[in-house]
Amino acid sequence: MQKNILKDGDVIAGAAAGALGVYITMTASKWTIMNEDGPGPGFFPMGYGIGLILLSAILILSRFKAQRTADEEPIDWAGFARAGGTWVAFVVAAALMSIIGFYVSFGLMTFTLVLLVFGRPLKSAFTTGLLSAVGFYLVFGLILDVPLPIGMMGF
Amino acid sequence: MDILNGLAHGFSIALLPHNLMWSLVGCFLGTIVGILPGLGPAATIAMLLPMTYNMSPASGIIMLAGIYYGAKYGGSTTSILLNMPGESSSVVTCLDGYQMARRGRAGAALGIAAIASFIAGSVGIVLLSLVAPPIAAFALTFSSPEYFALMALGLALVVLLGGDSLVKGLIALFVGLWLTSIGTDLFTSQSRFTFGQSSLLSGLDFMVVAIGVFAITEVMNSIKEKEETQVLPVPKGLRNLLPNREELKACRFAFANGSIVGFIIGILPGAGSSIASFISYGIERAFSKHPEKFGTGVPEGVAAPEGANNADTGGALVPLLTLGIPGGGTTAILLSALVLWGVKPGPLMMTESPDVFWGLVASLYIGNVMLLVLNLPMVPLFAQILRIPVYILHPLILGVTVVGAYSVSGRLFDVMLLAGFGVLGFAMSRLKFPVAPLVLGFVLGDAMERALRQSLMMSQGDLSILVSRPISATMLICAIVILFLPLLPRFRALKQAAG
Repeated sequence: MQKNILKDGDVIAGAAAGALGVYITMTASKWTIMNEDGPGPGFFPMGYGIGLILLSAILILSRFKAQRTADEEPIDWAGFARAGGTWVAFVVAAALMSIIGFYVSFGLMTFTLVLLVFGRPLKSAFTTGLLSAVGFYLVFGLILDVPLPIGMMGF
Repeated sequence: MDILNGLAHGFSIALLPHNLMWSLVGCFLGTIVGILPGLGPAATIAMLLPMTYNMSPASGIIMLAGIYYGAKYGGSTTSILLNMPGESSSVVTCLDGYQMARRGRAGAALGIAAIASFIAGSVGIVLLSLVAPPIAAFALTFSSPEYFALMALGLALVVLLGGDSLVKGLIALFVGLWLTSIGTDLFTSQSRFTFGQSSLLSGLDFMVVAIGVFAITEVMNSIKEKEETQVLPVPKGLRNLLPNREELKACRFAFANGSIVGFIIGILPGAGSSIASFISYGIERAFSKHPEKFGTGVPEGVAAPEGANNADTGGALVPLLTLGIPGGGTTAILLSALVLWGVKPGPLMMTESPDVFWGLVASLYIGNVMLLVLNLPMVPLFAQILRIPVYILHPLILGVTVVGAYSVSGRLFDVMLLAGFGVLGFAMSRLKFPVAPLVLGFVLGDAMERALRQSLMMSQGDLSILVSRPISATMLICAIVILFLPLLPRFRALKQAAG
């Protein structure tokens, strides 16, 4: 099965890298590139910005050239959903840390991951979440005294 | 300080009771990290680095280095018992190690891996002790143009050896250079790429980048692949872990091969222990009287790659300690750790920070012995770690990443950045972009830009300063040749088509 080349990962990555290159080059062009004292703050970024644009063009063009022989590999959507779900749980937990503190949000994240991503029973998820949070408190909070995000309730 | 005096001084530091303890802690943690698939030494060192802030530099680097080489010992356990490498450098060990285990020789395979690691690791450290001082003395003649050229050469090698695609490697490198530009320009105080965020004025913290692209990415990849474990049994008792005389005899050449190949490959930036173990295995097979048996469980098929992957550590420390140039992700983190403690790796490190330099080298000798003692009798115990369910392990790793990132700056903003770098690293690994050039671009980008701008200030903007000095010209030519090497076959094909 042939795939739509515009949905190809390399093409998307190349387009993103190209866009970053354009942004870097345009931003760096507003700064001093070279003056009588030598190179300015825009000199080095201008170099790798242009490099990014050229490389992304090569990456995209090479994918278009290779398209005729490229067959689509099945995408493991379930796997990506598990990885994506883990990342979302992590981001939500990080966002909640300023409100409910590290230990509670970490316990909730663990509970969510064990229940939804790993498909374990509710009891197992609850126990793992609770014990992980308590374990982290004992190791990092009490023994190592590492400063961690504190919530509105003071822990 | 000559080599023998330096080593004597180093042992007086490394043998202090607290340093022995940190070395043991590092080796122990490293072995566990090596055993656990999905958690590498780079991620572990990055996560644990903030906890070493209150330690002396010598103690801190002794512990972190212990994690680095300890992980290489531990990686073989997973390869042999699970047919799944605990570390990327242990991939080759799966080929014969797992087959030996299936034939009931798991103990012997683990023993051979430990003995090969010990022998090759020790050879690598001896070579490091001998090679580092003359290289550092030579590097003292370097000025800004030579440093710029040296970093360009190192990065070119990383790009060439770091992945399948040169273009992707270069893109990753340039993104790393961009990330390190974020913040305030050191020469003019111009804020660069900060998007108006005051939090970005001081730049991105290397630990946040490293933990994100290594640890979070590793967890996401493991969860995506839904890795399951089925561990082969390990025989109990030290006697069952020792290889027999025939097996040891078969490994004689492999021990030497692994030691030399591993050390030489280790010195090359970007090559890494995976390449060292592949090359060493290939050489062993090429010179074997029975190459057809490789892959069916021959002991030298375990000894050669395991030896190479441990000798690589000594080699990798040569450019890091003598030139301040890391060759891979883990050494890049060790470099930033040294800088955080106020130690400047490079040619002057031996004279300015002899405690750290020679203390580290001596601790490698001690740590290697510790690892052999730890690994032989305790392998059955370490193998139990593989039975920890992933649904417990992965959330714990994510929790430790938050601790590592937050304790650097005390800002939740860095935890959100961590998530961002995690998703960047995951996307890169799925799209087969190598991560090492990005990390090394980030680590070296600042110093590289400084060296380039200082060079051009010296020459009033004349770029020919980079090629008019013999050492920098040679290194830049080498860098260009390295980057054009992959294009040679295409040129040949075009020439043939035209002719």
